[in-house]
Amino acid sequence: MAEYAYPEFLVETEWVAQHLNDPAVRIVESNEDALLYDTGHIPGAVRVDWFTTLQHPVRRDFLTKEEFEALCSSLGISNDTTVVFYGDKSNWFAVYAFWLFEYYGHEKRKVMNGGRARWVAENRPLTTEVPSYPPTQYRAKEPNASIRAFRDDVMRHIQTGLPLVDVRSPKEYTGELIHMPGYPQEGAQRGGHIPGAVNIPWAQAVDEDGRFKSPEALRELYQSRGVTPDKDIIAYCRIGERSSHTWFVLKYLLGYPKVRNYDGSWTEWGNLVGAPIEKGEGGAA
Amino acid sequence: MSGQLPPRLAEIVSDFAECEGREKLELLLDYARRFPPLPADFDAESDAEDVPECMTPVRMSARLVNGRLSFTFDVPAESPTVRGYAMVIMEGLNETTPEEILAIPAEFYLQMGLQDVLTAQRLNGMAAILAHVKRRAAEALEKAD
Repeated sequence: MAEYAYPEFLVETEWVAQHLNDPAVRIVESNEDALLYDTGHIPGAVRVDWFTTLQHPVRRDFLTKEEFEALCSSLGISNDTTVVFYGDKSNWFAVYAFWLFEYYGHEKRKVMNGGRARWVAENRPLTTEVPSYPPTQYRAKEPNASIRAFRDDVMRHIQTGLPLVDVRSPKEYTGELIHMPGYPQEGAQRGGHIPGAVNIPWAQAVDEDGRFKSPEALRELYQSRGVTPDKDIIAYCRIGERSSHTWFVLKYLLGYPKVRNYDGSWTEWGNLVGAPIEKGEGGAA
Repeated sequence: MSGQLPPRLAEIVSDFAECEGREKLELLLDYARRFPPLPADFDAESDAEDVPECMTPVRMSARLVNGRLSFTFDVPAESPTVRGYAMVIMEGLNETTPEEILAIPAEFYLQMGLQDVLTAQRLNGMAAILAHVKRRAAEALEKAD
């Protein structure tokens, strides 16, 4: 079996089990569910929350560089710590955190393949004990703009006919659903997708057990839809979390050199006055 | 507003309202921990809603006895927040009439103040569960007519 492009960014549960007490490693749980960490987590793991700890408290943006430094310091993460991310829902929010750590230049990052569900399925230990680590003097780098797309970048992308990957569910893509039933807070004024985007739902990149599919299967999944490594690619979803998962797959598992996550995603585009929108099946590559 | 809530639900709401900060989450976690195992006779009422991939799949079963409704939920263990919401509804609406359920303000849960500690987006699950319960109450009334 062929290898992933950058296997050093992915670890298996067994590797994590063998590094529970390694001071050079910090395990970070990042979940969609706000209470899941409290019900039990990997011994020694600290928690980040995609909303309450990773986002700016007031404006729609991520933490500032200074806030990110304070967060890492408080979690006992130094600049040379190996940070291993895992979480619920096939690592959906774990990869979101991984993306933010790359944004601020943290070098040693890994995702635990299969996420929390696999750790639990293997009957590995969980604890409710919340660890604390001595604070560090973390120094972040300037934001890495090469992994983040803003709406103007997306507009240029459309004009030049470069590929966009819409990783939402098919009904969100066609415009049948403007928001999740009962989820009005995450809605948009208009339904549909960014013109030209192909729909490859993020979860197609993982197997039943939550682990990433083989390199061959992943290559086939994206290349058959025109999402090829020679192109500059932007991925988006509703609020930028599911698309960070696809960003990880394309960049680290398949080795695509130029992939960005549009974190504004549909909640920005579908509310943007005058922005072009395509409805229905559309977007065949 | 609380006058429109069934008595037990009103009590639960006020318990949450009285808690501060982290305590609210602790209380919700208590509810999640008390979430009962699925009864053997759980009547899988189908996935009822079209559940998109990024929502927690919630299945519900309603029982109507002497004009009063009670609910049972099936929520995955890895979604304790949603289990907590379902438990609040299960306990707060045990043996209530469809009229009482339909009278509940759609945003009753804002009084619990969870939006201060969970962010508004995470309350969507509660809104979805209430909407689900209300549809069942409306159906029960139609059948009774």
